[in-house]
Amino acid sequence: MTQMKVTPMTNSMVQPTAGVGAAVSLENLVRTFGAVRALDGLTLKIEPGEFMALLGPSGCGKTTVLRVLAGFELLDSGRVVVDGVDLRDVSARKRDMGMVFQSYSLFPNMNALNNVAFGLRMRKQSSSVRRKKAVELLEMVGLADQAAKYPHQMSGGQQQRVALARALAIEPRVLLLDEPLSALDAIVRAELRDQIRLLQQRLAITTVFVTHDQEEVLSMADRVCVMSRGHIEQVAPPSELYARPVTAFVAQFVGISSRVPVDVSNGEVVVFGQRCPVRSGEGSTLTGGVDALLRPEDIAIEVDAEGKGFVTRKSFFGAMTRVVVQTGDISVRVDVRSDVGSDIDLGTHVRLSIVARDVLVASRQEVVVPDAAATP
Amino acid sequence: MAPIGGPGSLFEFEAVESEPVAEFSSGAPTRRRRIRWWRLVVLVLAGVYFLIPIYAGLKFSFENVAGHLSDQAFRDLPSAPGFTAALTLSLKLALATVVISTVLMVPTSIYVHVRVPQLRRLLDVVTVLPIVIPPIVLIVGVLGAFPQWAKASPYLLSFMYVILAMPFVYRSLDAGLGAIDLKTLAEASRSLGGNWFKTLWRVILPNIRPALLSATVLTLALVFGEYTMASLDLWTTIPVWIVQFNTSSNGHIQVAASMLGLVGTWILLVLVVSLDRSQSRRSRRKLGA
Amino acid sequence: MAPFVIYSFLGLGIPALAVIYEAFRGDSGGWTLSNVNEIVHGVFLTGFENSLKLGLLSALIPGVLGVFLAYAIQTSKSNTLRRLSATASGVLANFGGINLTFIFIATLGSTGVLTYWLQDLGIKLTSIGFNLYSFSGVLVVYMYFQLPLMVLVITPALGGLRANWREAAENMGASSWRYWLHVGVPVLLPSILGGMLLLFGSAFAAYATAETLTLGLIALSPIQIGNFLNGNVIAGQTHVGYAIAFGMLIILAITMIVYSLVRKRASKWLQ
Repeated sequence: MTQMKVTPMTNSMVQPTAGVGAAVSLENLVRTFGAVRALDGLTLKIEPGEFMALLGPSGCGKTTVLRVLAGFELLDSGRVVVDGVDLRDVSARKRDMGMVFQSYSLFPNMNALNNVAFGLRMRKQSSSVRRKKAVELLEMVGLADQAAKYPHQMSGGQQQRVALARALAIEPRVLLLDEPLSALDAIVRAELRDQIRLLQQRLAITTVFVTHDQEEVLSMADRVCVMSRGHIEQVAPPSELYARPVTAFVAQFVGISSRVPVDVSNGEVVVFGQRCPVRSGEGSTLTGGVDALLRPEDIAIEVDAEGKGFVTRKSFFGAMTRVVVQTGDISVRVDVRSDVGSDIDLGTHVRLSIVARDVLVASRQEVVVPDAAATP
Repeated sequence: MAPIGGPGSLFEFEAVESEPVAEFSSGAPTRRRRIRWWRLVVLVLAGVYFLIPIYAGLKFSFENVAGHLSDQAFRDLPSAPGFTAALTLSLKLALATVVISTVLMVPTSIYVHVRVPQLRRLLDVVTVLPIVIPPIVLIVGVLGAFPQWAKASPYLLSFMYVILAMPFVYRSLDAGLGAIDLKTLAEASRSLGGNWFKTLWRVILPNIRPALLSATVLTLALVFGEYTMASLDLWTTIPVWIVQFNTSSNGHIQVAASMLGLVGTWILLVLVVSLDRSQSRRSRRKLGA
Repeated sequence: MAPFVIYSFLGLGIPALAVIYEAFRGDSGGWTLSNVNEIVHGVFLTGFENSLKLGLLSALIPGVLGVFLAYAIQTSKSNTLRRLSATASGVLANFGGINLTFIFIATLGSTGVLTYWLQDLGIKLTSIGFNLYSFSGVLVVYMYFQLPLMVLVITPALGGLRANWREAAENMGASSWRYWLHVGVPVLLPSILGGMLLLFGSAFAAYATAETLTLGLIALSPIQIGNFLNGNVIAGQTHVGYAIAFGMLIILAITMIVYSLVRKRASKWLQ
């Protein structure tokens, strides 16, 4: 997955009307499948009307959380509480939660209208009411003219929009989205992303959105919960998550981080000859030899014939250019504006400096994050 | 009746690796226990239903006229009047059918695959026709239309058996050819200087050997089980012999012969399954999967 | 290509054409509709009726039971069970007519194993209207291989029922019952119908078992054709056999046309 430098936008948050979305509380969820602990004592509170994203690599348990919420998975221990009610004895079909699956969840024997109206039919609403609401919802997702089409006649993006309309038709207390955009191509994905977010804000429904794509998450969510191996790494609004990751995992899964070995003394490290305080968080208690985790934009680069680093690679990303600098036996990724970057050729000697306030540290060679760090 | 060439041949015999079909996930544990129980009942009933006749067949085969356990029926079988003649005839017919079928269908399938893929649809239709025109109707037409010199030979049956076998021979070959990227192989061989015949013999045939064997095995099963056309054409093949054989052995010999036929069918089909698997393994290796 | 076309024409085309041609020929030459007229009356009509009945029953009963059995197998967590059933269905569905017939004689014939067991339980087969050597017997034998055949046909369709649909339905508030009613069965229906059509065609046109068990004595179209070929004909009716065959061709052609239509629908939904 191309990891562009994503400047996190602050999401304009429409203040939710009190009581519209439900308050969700996940308390100490434990779920094991054989030898694997899919959920390891997970605790999370979701505010009414909030858009909470669950982000993590495959196998981290995020989908399990969603399915536990929906009632498709049982818990070994722990509680799921929605609006003060423990859902232990409530079956999936009585939970009033609308779910959008990754793909192919529309009933193939019904057209779009009947798909959307299905939940209302289960709630025994009259056919005129069902029709009216279904049409309304299809209009909301911009597919009113496709009402008579069958799923196999629609594109992937259209199907997902119908699926969204179907989930919203029952006016759910919680909206659950299980990687709904993963199976779509990039352009459709971007469009749908905006549409989902706008709808969600308008309706102020509490939403849980599962994905492994950080780009989606950073642009859509009110808060992001980064998960790994069944437990939570960090829960924070996107901007904070990006700028101030508190664990090495988050630092390397969200955005890019380069690892630079340094030594800690007196709460400070020396990186590229500069003194820098250690960021409070996971690694703040470490001493001695550690790795500093630096974002590409935390580092400044200057052409200097005496500089100890030299450029080994350059990748053009449009507005920004990513430069890989080799200094000693470490490789560091630095982002520069492309007009500046065009002057920096391969092999040029450069000097690096830190422009961040503080530096996140982690124990040497701690966690290896799959695929997130595998790009230039 | 579902002769091997019948509708059953249109569907996969092989054991497909499949996921369990989803059941309802929620619902109290007691409800799930009830479903599991119901499923068990169905499976046990089905198992019993299918095993009883097999047990009966075995019992009859291993009983002698006096009702005691014995393999008399099997020992009497080879010397039963007409048996060897019928067996010989069936074998000859089977051989002829396999040869004709191979010679006819292999080049045709390859040709269609490589040169005229559009015709595949037509071929699909033609090979379904033997189901629309069942053996009973076919034999009526054959006996009415074919000249006397053809009807005088038992190999007329072989001629027709090739037609009956067409659906699954074609399907088997088609699947085999489809799995080995025939076009590329053929082009590679030709570019290296091989003519059509060499290409066929040295490149294509070895690669579809399992599919070929599978088709052959199914054809054998067909020929040894076919009754309708043989009996009405008045030739005594094994199935015809079994029906017509009537002595005071109270049917033990007949049942014994039938059990042999069933066991034979079972063995042949297991063979087909493993051949199919080896064909797809072969192709997977080719594609580097 | 040419050899194949010629062969198919000789082997399929000529017999089929001959049947159609002769169906309209009189015994003294010349065209006539009397044969066709013959077959829609009296014993030949009965023959068609019985054959249709046999086909329908042998399509409906194993058809429905087959779906349940296939479902029971496919929802099991055990891989071995599923693989075993797949092979077993493949084998059982192809048990040749004659072999199976004699096994059933050993089971339900007058000295059959099951016959004796039932007698010990106080049940006399003839008193409940069952006779292996007539219609009911033929039906029972057909069902033995039609059931696995249906299982073979419907299993891929069951596999095409996505878990997502089930969960989406549940999520929308549907109970198990309502899921099957609104989604499961409708989606499976084309495949079920297709399977039943196949069963129908196969049972309708079958000859070997029926002839062997009943010695050509009950009124079934294939058997009646057989009688004509064996020379058991009334004078002046030598071409009626062709007419019967012609009638069968029409029925089977209709069956296959409906079948292909139904299959197209099934494949659209169960991509």
